[in-house]
Amino acid sequence: MNLALSDEQVFLREAARGALSRHKTVEAARDALENPSALPDLYPMAVEAGWNGLLVDEDHGGAGLGVFDAMLVAEECGRVLAAVPLLGLVPATAILNAAGDESLPAVATGELRPVYLPARPPSELEQGWTVEPLSGLTRAEAPRASVDGDRVSLDGTVAFVPDAPGAALLVVIAESEDGSPIAAAVAADSDGVAVEPVMRYDATRSLGHVTLSGASGRLLDVGADVLADAWYVAQSLIAAESIGAVQTCLDTSVEYAKERFTFGRAIGSYQAIKHELTEVLRQLENSRGLEYYAGWARKDKPDEFPLAASAARSAAGHALDFAARSMINVHGGIGATWEHDAPLFFRRAQLSRRLLGGTHDATDRVAEESLSAAGA
Amino acid sequence: MDLNDTPEQAEYREKVRTWLEAHKDEAPSRSGSSEDKTYIDARRAWQRELAEAGLAGVAWPREYGGQGLGPIEQVTVNQEISRAGVPGILDVIGIGMLGPCLIAHGSEEQKTRYLGPMLHGDEVWCQLFSEPAAGSDLAAIQARARQNDDGSWTLNGQKVWTTNAQFASYGLLLARTDPDVPKHKGLTMFIVPIEDGEGVTVRGLRQISGEAEFNEVFFDDVRLEEEAVVGGVGNGWGTALTVLMFERLTIGFGSDSFGSPARLAETIAGDPAARRDSDVRRRLGEILTELTAVRFNGYRALTLLQRGQIPGPEAGLAKVTMVNAAVAATDLGADVVGPEALEPDNEWSYLISFLPGLKSAGGTEPILRNTVGERVLGLPPEPRLDKGIPFSELRAKEKEALAS
Repeated sequence: MNLALSDEQVFLREAARGALSRHKTVEAARDALENPSALPDLYPMAVEAGWNGLLVDEDHGGAGLGVFDAMLVAEECGRVLAAVPLLGLVPATAILNAAGDESLPAVATGELRPVYLPARPPSELEQGWTVEPLSGLTRAEAPRASVDGDRVSLDGTVAFVPDAPGAALLVVIAESEDGSPIAAAVAADSDGVAVEPVMRYDATRSLGHVTLSGASGRLLDVGADVLADAWYVAQSLIAAESIGAVQTCLDTSVEYAKERFTFGRAIGSYQAIKHELTEVLRQLENSRGLEYYAGWARKDKPDEFPLAASAARSAAGHALDFAARSMINVHGGIGATWEHDAPLFFRRAQLSRRLLGGTHDATDRVAEESLSAAGA
Repeated sequence: MDLNDTPEQAEYREKVRTWLEAHKDEAPSRSGSSEDKTYIDARRAWQRELAEAGLAGVAWPREYGGQGLGPIEQVTVNQEISRAGVPGILDVIGIGMLGPCLIAHGSEEQKTRYLGPMLHGDEVWCQLFSEPAAGSDLAAIQARARQNDDGSWTLNGQKVWTTNAQFASYGLLLARTDPDVPKHKGLTMFIVPIEDGEGVTVRGLRQISGEAEFNEVFFDDVRLEEEAVVGGVGNGWGTALTVLMFERLTIGFGSDSFGSPARLAETIAGDPAARRDSDVRRRLGEILTELTAVRFNGYRALTLLQRGQIPGPEAGLAKVTMVNAAVAATDLGADVVGPEALEPDNEWSYLISFLPGLKSAGGTEPILRNTVGERVLGLPPEPRLDKGIPFSELRAKEKEALAS
């Protein structure tokens, strides 16, 4: 039994924390609210740290590490709200790596920046591959693909794609004429590709609506399992990133609860405050347990990865909502103003819960996985 | 990360599994009434078999009949017993908590006299700490032991929530021996005869289900010899803390969780309307998320245990999650079944009745949250009105406050 970080993983985490500490990421998150173009692009920093090649095999110039390692980096980014494009990068490299695609050496050096266009695998209640809609509860159909040899022509819109602006290579998941899912690599500057940058509430999160109109791409040699895996890799990353943010919310709130006095004593001595903060800790610890589960399952128990990643997303999503609101509550009025960092974490929580299918969809997937196991 | 056993652990597991496979037909049923003597006797006999095979008191030192192994091996045995579908030892409280306390604080005579029969199920033990007016605030107990001129003690008072007292031979009892010092200081731990104890009355306490799983125990002028003291006069609080530490280990790594996530999923999967109902699915997803988190946090804790670290107060959070998720799971399972779930033989019925009380067992949720908030997060404690004040004075103040 060994469910703990290895020495290498501890080192990776410390290195990530060190690299991020050289950037004023939280200040940048605040400044970017008023001037989105002021947000520094942290992609060069990610390349310098080798995060773009984390999942790329060593043969192709990458680090050949696992999803759990990427999650540890994502957690550190979440802790300081750093705008590092991991949600777009990591699942894209997972697919490209599985395909042994020709782009890998350029991806590993950082010369070619890929992005994953998320598509949700089918479930009992939602047949077919779907993508984020522009608005509403009804999910949009995945782009349509017509395949001709190793070339693919693509049509469709994928809304709210994390890290799409600035990416040079789109990793698209689409449904072919016979309904089977395929993946294609499309140069972002090709004809028929439009990426509309979008900012919604959390300025640290670069998003884009991607429209494909007869865009031509290269068919990637991967099966449906790899495409489903990419969705759960994205779920794991957003979970890990949320866990980092929850940790900061908790640390900040605990510190304040020890220093702020009312009626002659520190507010942290009141059960109302103490119990709310232990609830944040409880949810944080549960999310962390599931983060480990997701990391372990991706490597050693792939059959359980959909369950593990969805459970981690569900727990961490709820934890971030709760922790961000608690941080505001514990700080009182000041916590709801721009004087404090709390609103920045609250903004992160508000957007995160609605991306990539939303927290609620991950919860439903947990149910789906257990029901299909039970009802076989 | 690796959830597999080390080669040595795998070998040990195999040995345990083989023994259980060969002997499981001799085991009684996993569930039965604690009021049924025949069933309890069968469980005693099974405990003896387990003890003789080295599957009881796994972490006890060899000199007291144990195996001298670590908590990891104990967990392995728990897991294998659970896997084999047989009951474990009957006297979980004795072997898991009270025996280790005797080993730590008892005299050589006490260890020699009591540990062997405890291990083999010949003498079952019970824990006599809580009282009607002392639960969360355990140091407020009022059971009073007065020392006689010949060195013996006379005990009067009442204990409650006493599991296994119906058939226990002995109990480990926390009593007040000096009311004129602050409350944590005037306490002493005693070994008290139950079955053959003159002046001891055990009365079953019926729970919501109608069953009496635990008891009230009354002590009227019970005479205890000087040798009944464990860990020294006035040291009862420290001795009690040892028991509570082992309690954390016993509960945290016990083999049984309450309610089966798989059964819940099967119940829902078998009902076409339920499995498509978005509210049912959301509740199921949330419950399974919580239960899965507890399982993996258990593995994290086990990893630390293997590295020699004893679980700390944060273990209380797992209990909070576990109980609340079990309540939610039972509610959901029963909601899907409907009123029929409340029929006594229905699989959900027992848990519906059992779980509300479990919220207060082994530390109420608010008390656990206080402990975690203070000892893990480092938040300041609530101001206390009882610090440094002799117990007798506190009692007088309480009476005064009630009268005014």
